Amino acid sequence: MKQYLLSIYQPDGTPEPEVLARVMADLDTLNQEMQAAGAWVFAGGLHPPSTATVLRATDDEVLVIDGPFVESKEFLGGFTVIQAADLDEALEWGRRLAAVLKPLAVEVRPFQ
Amino acid sequence: MTVVDEVFRAEYGRAVSVLVRTVGDIGLAEECVQDAFVEAVRRWPADGLPPSPAGWLITTARNRAIDRLRREATRDERHRQALDLLVADEPAEEGPVRDERLRLIFTCCHPALALGVRVALTLRLLGGLTTAEVARAFLVPEPTMAQRLVRAKNKIRDAGIPYRVPYEADLPARLRGVLAVVYLIFTEGHLDRPELSAEAIRLGRVLAALMPDEPEVTGLLALMLLSESRRPARKTPDGDLVLLPDQDRTRWDHAMITEGQTLVRQCLRRNHPGPYQVQAAINAVHSDAPSVHETDWSQVVALYDQLMVVAPTPVVALNRAVAVAEVAGPAEALALVEALDLDRYHLYHSVRGNLLTRLGRTEEATDAYEKALARATSEAERGLLRRLLG
Repeated sequence: MKQYLLSIYQPDGTPEPEVLARVMADLDTLNQEMQAAGAWVFAGGLHPPSTATVLRATDDEVLVIDGPFVESKEFLGGFTVIQAADLDEALEWGRRLAAVLKPLAVEVRPFQ
Repeated sequence: MTVVDEVFRAEYGRAVSVLVRTVGDIGLAEECVQDAFVEAVRRWPADGLPPSPAGWLITTARNRAIDRLRREATRDERHRQALDLLVADEPAEEGPVRDERLRLIFTCCHPALALGVRVALTLRLLGGLTTAEVARAFLVPEPTMAQRLVRAKNKIRDAGIPYRVPYEADLPARLRGVLAVVYLIFTEGHLDRPELSAEAIRLGRVLAALMPDEPEVTGLLALMLLSESRRPARKTPDGDLVLLPDQDRTRWDHAMITEGQTLVRQCLRRNHPGPYQVQAAINAVHSDAPSVHETDWSQVVALYDQLMVVAPTPVVALNRAVAVAEVAGPAEALALVEALDLDRYHLYHSVRGNLLTRLGRTEEATDAYEKALARATSEAERGLLRRLLG
C-alpha cells in the first residue's frame, strides 16, 4: 500500500455559514467512509494563512517571521492522508473529495 | 532495414510490456530489452534467427533483469522482492509469449500524464521509436525529450500509476483517451510525416487485435486506413497539396480501401456507432466514389448529422457544411459556416473562401483566403492557399 496526500486548495475569504455547514457534514460522511474502507490515515483542516509563522535557521540563530511562507491567492486549507493500492484508487477518493468540496481543487501527491 | 531492425520495431513494445509486468519498473524493463537487442545483433547473424524471435528476446531480457537485480538485491529490499518474483515466475523456454501491450498502453495514456507526454511515451515504449525519433516528431531537442520521458517514467513509478487494463466502469472513458492518443499520432503524420501515420496504424492494428469487441477500436483503424489510402494522391510530384475533389483517384491505395471498408461494414453490422466509426463511414463513402461528382453526398450529409449527435463540435459542423454545399448549394452552406465561431481555425476561412468563390463573391473570397493563409499551420497548406490567391 502506498500513501497519498490529498491537499485542498482554497481561495481567500470565508464561505457562507450554511454552505460551510453542508460541506463539513458531507466531509464528515466521506471521512467515515474512508475509515470504513481502511483508506483513511489522517485528515485535518487548517486555520487561514494569516495565522502562520515561518522559521528559518541562519548560522547563529533561528529567525521567527510572520507568515505565510508563500503569499498567494489560493492556499492549503486542509488535507487528508490516505492509503491506496495505486494512483487509480487514490484518484477515486480524491474525486469524491473534490465533489464534496466543489469548486475547490484537490491535489493528489504520493508519499515517498 | 536489417532483420534485427524489423524485429525491433515489431517486438520492442511487446518485450518491454512483458518485462514491465515481471520487474515492475519501466526504466529497468527498457534497459534489459535493449541489452537483449544488442545481444541479438551480435548473435543472430552468425546463429540465424531463433524460431520465436520475441520469445528469445524476452527470455534474454528476463535473464538480464535477474542478473541486474541480483547485483542490486543485497543493497535494496525493493530489488530483492522483484528478484524473488522474477525467479518464481520462470518462463517457458522461448515459447509463445503472453501479450501485455494492452496494459502498457493504458499506463502510457493515463489521464494523470499530460497529453503530449502520453503521445511521447506511447511512441517510445509501444512504437519502439528511439528517443531521437520521438524528439523529431515533437520538434524538440533530444535531451529535452529524454528528460521529459524520464520524468514521466518517474511519475508512473512514484505516483503508482497502475499497470493494468482499467476496470469495466472506467474502461469507456480510458479507452477514449487511448484512441485519442493513437489518432493524434496519426493526424500528426497526415501531411509530411508518413512514418508517424504508419506507426499509428500499426498501434491501431495491435489494439484491434487485442480488443476485438470494442467497435470504436475497429472504427479508428478503419478511419486511419481509409484516410491513409489517399496519401499517394494527396500531393503532386513537386510536393504541392491536392484537395480531395482534385485528387487522381486511380492513385489511391485500393488494398487499404478494401480493408477499411470491410472494417466499416463490421461496425455497421454491430450497430453501436461512435465518433470514429461514423468518420470511417464518411470516408468509406468517398472511397466508393469514382469522382467527386459521383459521390453520394446526401449519404455524407446524413452521416455528418449522425456525427453531430455523438460529437457535436464546431469543426464537425464545418465539415458537414462542406457536404451540404454539394447537396443544397453554396449559399445554404455559407449561411451554416458563418454561424460558426471558428475564427482562429484556418480551414474555417478556407471553406468560406471556397464557398464565396463559387458564389462569385471574389473580393470576399480573397479576403477569406488571406485570413486562412495567416492562420495555416503547415507549409503545404500555405502553398495551396498562395496558389488559390495567385
